[in-house]
Order: sequence, then C-alpha cells, then structure tokens
Amino acid sequence: MTSPTVSTEPAAARPEDKVSGLPISPEVAAQRRRNRRRRGLRQIPTHLVLIPLCLLWIYPFVWMVSASFKGESPFEDTLRLIPKDFTFDNYARAWDVGNFGQYFVNSVIVTVGTVLIVIVVSSLAGYALGRGNMPWKKTIVGMLVATMFLPHGYSIIPVFLLITNLGLDNSLAGVILAQSGPAHVIAILLFMGYFAALPNELEEAALVDGAGHPRIYARIMLPLAKPVIGTVAIFNTIGAWNAFLIPLIFTLTRPDLRTLGVGIYSFFGEESNDWPALAAGAVITILPIVVVFLWLQRFFIEGIAGAVKN
Amino acid sequence: MPAADPGLSPRLDGMPGRAPHRRWRQYKRHRWHFVFVAPMLVLFAAFTIWPIVAGWVYAFFDWDGYGPLTDFVGWGNFDEAFNSPEFWKSIRNTFAFTLGALAIQTPVALILALTLNNNRLTGRNVYRLLIFLPVVTTTTVVGVVFVVLLNEWAPGPINSAITGIGLADEPVGFLSQASTALPTIVMIDIWKDFGVVLVYWLAALQTIPRDVYESAAIDGAGRWQTLRRITLPMLAPIAAIILILVTVRSFNAFDIVWAMTQGGPNRATEILQTYIYRNAFASDLGIPRFGFASAAAIVFGVIAAIIAAVQAVVFRKIRGTKAEKAAGGAAT
Repeated sequence: MTSPTVSTEPAAARPEDKVSGLPISPEVAAQRRRNRRRRGLRQIPTHLVLIPLCLLWIYPFVWMVSASFKGESPFEDTLRLIPKDFTFDNYARAWDVGNFGQYFVNSVIVTVGTVLIVIVVSSLAGYALGRGNMPWKKTIVGMLVATMFLPHGYSIIPVFLLITNLGLDNSLAGVILAQSGPAHVIAILLFMGYFAALPNELEEAALVDGAGHPRIYARIMLPLAKPVIGTVAIFNTIGAWNAFLIPLIFTLTRPDLRTLGVGIYSFFGEESNDWPALAAGAVITILPIVVVFLWLQRFFIEGIAGAVKN
Repeated sequence: MPAADPGLSPRLDGMPGRAPHRRWRQYKRHRWHFVFVAPMLVLFAAFTIWPIVAGWVYAFFDWDGYGPLTDFVGWGNFDEAFNSPEFWKSIRNTFAFTLGALAIQTPVALILALTLNNNRLTGRNVYRLLIFLPVVTTTTVVGVVFVVLLNEWAPGPINSAITGIGLADEPVGFLSQASTALPTIVMIDIWKDFGVVLVYWLAALQTIPRDVYESAAIDGAGRWQTLRRITLPMLAPIAAIILILVTVRSFNAFDIVWAMTQGGPNRATEILQTYIYRNAFASDLGIPRFGFASAAAIVFGVIAAIIAAVQAVVFRKIRGTKAEKAAGGAAT
C-alpha cells in the first residue's frame, strides 16, 4: 500500500498531518506557509465580528472612565469619549466629599478579613478531612455538598439576626463574619483534594520525628498548598470586594462603615446629580479588582473551568 | 502508629465489648483532626444549618425581629404570600432571569466558545479576557453605570445613539416602563455573567480529545458534521452540569436589580430576593416583617431545591442513555 503518487495533494493540504521528526522538504514548507497565510485571510471575517463585539462589550467601562475625567457634564455631547475639559477634580471630590476614601478603607478591611478567615478555616478543615480517615468524614462532606446549591437570599434573615444577637451589627466585624461564616464548600473541597493527594511519607516522617499535627499543618502542609491558597484567595477577594447584600444590611444605620459596593449605590441615591464624581467613584471601586484580576487571571479562569470539569 | 496511643489503655480496659473500645481509640487517634474541623463545623452550624432551621421557625410567627417569638400564626404567612399577586409576580420575574440565562446566555456562549476554541485564532486570549471583564467588576457599579447609560431624559449615550442613527424617534425609557424594565435588566445580567458561562464551555470543549477530531477529519467529515456528530454529543455530559450551574446562578440576581430599579417601576422588576429584602429590611410600613419574609424565603429555597433536584435526575437519565448509545455504537 505504498502509492505516494496517487494522492499527495489532500494529505499536504491538511496541516494537521505533521510528519514529526522527518526533515521538511522546501515544497512542503512553502505549502505550509501558504496555508498559514490562507488561514490568516480566512480568519478575517471572524475578527470582523469579534473586534466590534468586544469594543461594544466593554463600552460601558470605557464610557465610565471617560466620564470620570470630564470637567463638563457627561451628558453634554455624551457620545464623545475624549474629555473636552480634562480634569482629576472628580476623583478628589469622590474621594473626600463622596467618602469613597473611607469606603475604600472599609472594603480593604472586609476583604482582607474575609479572605484570611476563609483560608484558615477551610485549609484546617481540608487538612483534617483530606489526611487520614477520620470518623464522620463522609457525613461531614455529604452535608457540605448538600447545602452547596442553596440560594443566598434564603439564609439572609437568620444570619442577620444571629449577627445582631452577637452584638456585631453595625460593625465591620459583623460584615466579615457574615461574609466568611457560611461554609465555603468549594474552598474546603479544593484543600481536601490537594492534601489527600500528598504522599503519606511526608506526614509519617514528621510524626516519627515527634512533630504533632498542628506543627505538620503549619510547617509542612500549608506551605505546600500555596497553589490552592492562591485560588481560594483570588475567588474570595473578588467575592468580598464586590459583595453587596451583606455589607448593605449591616451598614443601614452606619454610613461610615459602607464598603465601596454599598457606597456607590448610596452615592447614586443621595447625590445623583454629581455624575462625574459618580463615574470617578465607579472607577475607584472597580479599578483595584480589575488590576488583581488581570494580574492573576490565569488562576481565576482555571478555577472556574475546574468547577465544571470536576 | 502505636506511638500515638500510649496512655489510653487503662481507661479502655474497663469498657465492655469491642466496638466502643475500637471507636474510642479511633477518636483518640484522630483528636487533632477533630480540632481542625471544629472551626469550620461551628461556622457551618451557625451560618448554614441554623438559618435553615430558624427560617422555618420564624416563618410561623408574625415577628419584627425584636423580643420573643409570641405571635404564632401557623401557615398564615404562607397563606398571605400565596394570595399576594406581588409574590407571584416576583416568582415569575425570578424565572425571567433563569429563562434568559438558559435560552440566551448559555447557547450564545457556546457559539462564542466554539469560535474561540480554535487555537489558531489570533488574539483569542485577548477576546476571552475582554468578554470576561464584566464578571469581576462590582455589580452595583455595573448597575449604576447602566442606569446612567440608559438615561432617557438627559439623554444618555445609548439613547443618543439610538435616536442618532434613527432607530427611534425619541429616547426610550428602558427602565421607566414596566414592559421594558425587566428585559433590560435580564439582558444586562446576561452580559455581566456571560464570561463565566463562556469559560465553562471552553473548559468543556477542552475535555474532547484531539485525536477524535483528527480521525473525523481523516474520515472526511466536514465542519458541520464534526460539530453535530462529535462535538455536541461529546459535550452533553458536561452540558448537564453547566445548565445546573447556570440555573443556580440565575437565582442570585439581587445586586443588579436593587442597584438599578429596586424592583420598580411598580414592582415590574421585583424578584424573590428583592421581595424578601423589601419585607425584611425596607418594608413600606417601616416595620420589619421577618416572619413573613422568612416564609417567602422558604418558598424560594424549596423551589430552588426542587429545580436543582429535577435537573440532576433528568440529566443523569440523559447521560445514562447517551452513555449506553455510545457504548452500543462502539460495539458495532
């Protein structure tokens, strides 16, 4: 069945059929180059659809950034994106008069507090459930998974009353606790899976050397779990920074404790005429989280993809 | 690990039978593991289990959250909810978000994922990044910015563009008319979370082994045939999970609605979550109605649980028959 004369053409036209390891003849190389160019041309219609789509897609953000630098009203010549009267005043006004400086600090406190609690609690639980077959393990994991699909709105009233009865309403501690308290099932499962996959020898050697479990956790397990810590941290940073319902109900009577997400909402309701400052406040709110996302987007997107694959 | 056990035998000797003996040893050996899960279990009990139980209790009382539960009303709160047109409206509107997510967001995201999955496409990561950007931004900011963009009086850029190119003679009140407010917010919600579904589909497409496509190409399958006969059937099992995730996600639309319209105009965009919030924290009467809101929340939780369970069962069945077919196909 060696008849190269019969049908070389269809074979060469398919770039997938790489004859790896063999030297490429000049004709084949030229053919491939042609293929690549043709492919580039063939992609043009796709790009013609995708480029305008993406520009339209992020237009709200572009408009928002543009409005935040405009000295004039954003409704004057509203489609114009380059400011006529370029200024930073809007930011200064949003930061001081609009209290976004205060909100920013509150958001940082809530986010850092929430992320720390989630990581410590979830990694401890993940270590206990992942290493060694502790009694009740299956029951605990089963209960966690069973509550995973509960909608957020469902538990908000008892949680509010619980925090109030603890005397933590109208405090950032209350916001942090309500945000980090409900089991972060995915984080626990991630830690559990990661710790379970580590070789037994690590732990056994440490036990023989006389290290207790707290020490093994702190000195060996946690440092090894950096990738999981990273994923959990990113997800909860974005979640806590963007949170609205929980910070809203715990700061109803304490405007000074608002986070940025609540702050922009109230600013909109209370001073709805200062549009440029509103736009500046919007940029202040989302810029940090967009930077974090662009910096660590790989982990974030892979984390979401992982949720489907498992 | 005998080294871990010295010191517990004296107490165990007095115990009758073997089973408790062994169990005690097991507990003792795992004592640190129990200490480690304890913080999680305490929080889980307080913030997940307790709310489920307490919600049911509150639901049977007329209660403003202060003082003891004294005003037992039986199923009264549920009765009131089921007899309230506003409640039914909020359920219907909640499903509008689910419908939008399943009928528009999921299929369109699949089409885009099929386009971006081509790893020879230049700039595919940039496209993916831009489409994903709204996902990480604060929902209230998105809501507020869209209210400004859609402004009809000033008018905002969207209405300027619409009247500018002649799509409409005068600015459209997207958010001020009952008929357009809900579809508008649903579309914005679809846009905001679109990137998540896109990434779901891209991940699903990555699970199809490349050699399947290669052998299809060798067999002379065209692009359309490959899509219909290979890609879509092979996506089916993961598609089931994606549909469940999208459905659950669609029940959590509080932020965007509250930031944009607070359920208005005239409750046209009221969803169950805003309905619960309004009765508990922003009641028209000024008195919180925690009992009534809890009853509404329980109905919400039950609906969500039933839908998730039905989907899980149906999809498991579909997946079962698909797997059988595939096995049968492979045998012939």
